[in-house]
Amino acid sequence: MTAARSIGGTILEVDAVSLAFGGVKALTEVSFDVREHEIRAIIGPNGAGKSSMLNVINGVYRPQRGTITFRGVPRHGVNPYDAASSGIARTFQNIALFKGMSVLDNIMTGRNLRMKASFLEQAIWIGRARREELDNRARVEAIIDFLEIQHIRRTPVGRLAYGLQKRVELARALAAEPALLLLDEPMAGMNVEEKQDMCRFILDVNAEFGTTIVLIEHDMGVVMDICDRIVVLDYGRKIGDGAADEIRGNQAVIDAYLGVAH
Amino acid sequence: MLYREAGQFKSTYLADSAIFPLRQDRIAMAVLLAIAFIVVPLTATPYLFSAILIPTLILALAAIGLNILTGYAGQLSLGSAAFMAVGAFASFNFILRVPGIPILVAFVGGGLCAAAIGIVFGLPSLRIRGFYLAVATLAAQFFIIWFLTKVGWVTNYNSSGVITAQPIVVFGYRFDAPAPKYLLVLSIVALMALAAKNMTRGNLGRKWMAIRDMDVAAEVIGIPQMKTKLLAFAVSSFYCGVAGALFAYAYLGTVEPEAYNLDLSFRILFMVIIGGAGTILGSFLGSAFIVLTPIVLNVTVGWLDASGLHVPASAGSNLEVIVFGVLIIFFLIVEPLGIARLWSIGKEKLRLWPFPH
Repeated sequence: MTAARSIGGTILEVDAVSLAFGGVKALTEVSFDVREHEIRAIIGPNGAGKSSMLNVINGVYRPQRGTITFRGVPRHGVNPYDAASSGIARTFQNIALFKGMSVLDNIMTGRNLRMKASFLEQAIWIGRARREELDNRARVEAIIDFLEIQHIRRTPVGRLAYGLQKRVELARALAAEPALLLLDEPMAGMNVEEKQDMCRFILDVNAEFGTTIVLIEHDMGVVMDICDRIVVLDYGRKIGDGAADEIRGNQAVIDAYLGVAH
Repeated sequence: MLYREAGQFKSTYLADSAIFPLRQDRIAMAVLLAIAFIVVPLTATPYLFSAILIPTLILALAAIGLNILTGYAGQLSLGSAAFMAVGAFASFNFILRVPGIPILVAFVGGGLCAAAIGIVFGLPSLRIRGFYLAVATLAAQFFIIWFLTKVGWVTNYNSSGVITAQPIVVFGYRFDAPAPKYLLVLSIVALMALAAKNMTRGNLGRKWMAIRDMDVAAEVIGIPQMKTKLLAFAVSSFYCGVAGALFAYAYLGTVEPEAYNLDLSFRILFMVIIGGAGTILGSFLGSAFIVLTPIVLNVTVGWLDASGLHVPASAGSNLEVIVFGVLIIFFLIVEPLGIARLWSIGKEKLRLWPFPH
């Protein structure tokens, strides 16, 4: 599988990022890099700062110190809108779909940055507004086909099963055609078949669109199987970084997960 | 059996994204428009025009405005009547002070003034939401009515603080009689409802609903919160402003600021809630319900009185209020999502009828 992709240069560089909420240190001097087209995992025990790390990357949190360089542009703090327009998309740990809208509408919102028609053009529904709507619909339908959710296109997302909601959220993130895709526990709460499906979709997305993926996951089997490199966090510090085999043999990681005798 | 979609295949996304994808719906809508534009003006009585049809349509327009803000963008507002007042008094001043201005341009100007004020009072929505925002918009309601009452300039220094709407003249034609007024109101409301439908079914509507359903996620996929919310306030207030101008010019004629009091704001909010938040159709259904029910009750009480059952006048009016309140509660329990939802459930059932299994 890895042979088909060529892992390129560094696309995202996290340099000495520190984040604190009052006295609570969520991240302390964390540095790692993500290369183009790779699948990178962030793992760690609960409360290690994994989600905070993703929130820093896409601008939900502003770190107190440290720099994040995405596609060669260094930045200290950024808002979610800028992150989205620079090509970062994500899914959430607790599904963050728009409950009152259909699956199709949810995925269409993922393309909102590509639709430039003003509200007046949309009110009259001619020219650019209509053209954009139809063109983007075609792209969204391609993603719907890709993720095999044609049958629920018109269903309000609130009515869907959990596993399907996760898939719709992935579809919404993919609709933005991101360069970097952040997945926060894409397989949490799923049964074995759903996990296998999700793994297949993640690998397919990576292979077919060349999307760089950073994911947080607790299922070690999944992480070891599909990820190229792994970052391990514990209490906001990086304690391990490398390929699956290195991580498996890393004493600090084993201690963090299994505990140390005192 | 008549309401079937079998055999209606859509081969383009254009056909699939039509407002009425089903042929039966398109026919029904065409028939409805034909009745509204041709049959009603020929047959209705002046009472029906002035007391029922015109206010229902105008308040439906205001309800569309509030629906855009509350139903689609999720920002609760109690200031709709105040924005209507801005539209009415601004239109009055445009016609009064700008010689030769076409009245429809004045209405648009009134709507734009309301939109500008709506943006100002929408600013708190960037920080607060829900009930707290409702209280902030309540400030708009009280402040604007106070301003219109206290500042003589807006009523052209009328001693009793009342404005008399100038006659509606479009291209030399005077809209005096109820029927032409009705047609004018109907045309404006139909066009603006279509525009609202177009906005809400496209990218803008999705952005508004995204902000309503989960604002953090909306921001993460690149929907700017401030711009989207303020646009909702602006568009919503524009609709309310035009409705307010029509309310003054095509319905009341002589208007004091108090006509646009908090009571009217609440009635419009009830229209949205009972009709169905987040639907354009619901705005019309809600408006019809709120305008018609008291009239129907009034007629019923009068009929009871006439048929020998003696109802004292005071008891009669109280009875109306009680039954009206009970009906509202009944509708909210039966279908919290409004009459529009009942309507769509009915259509779903009809698709399967008479073989539901």
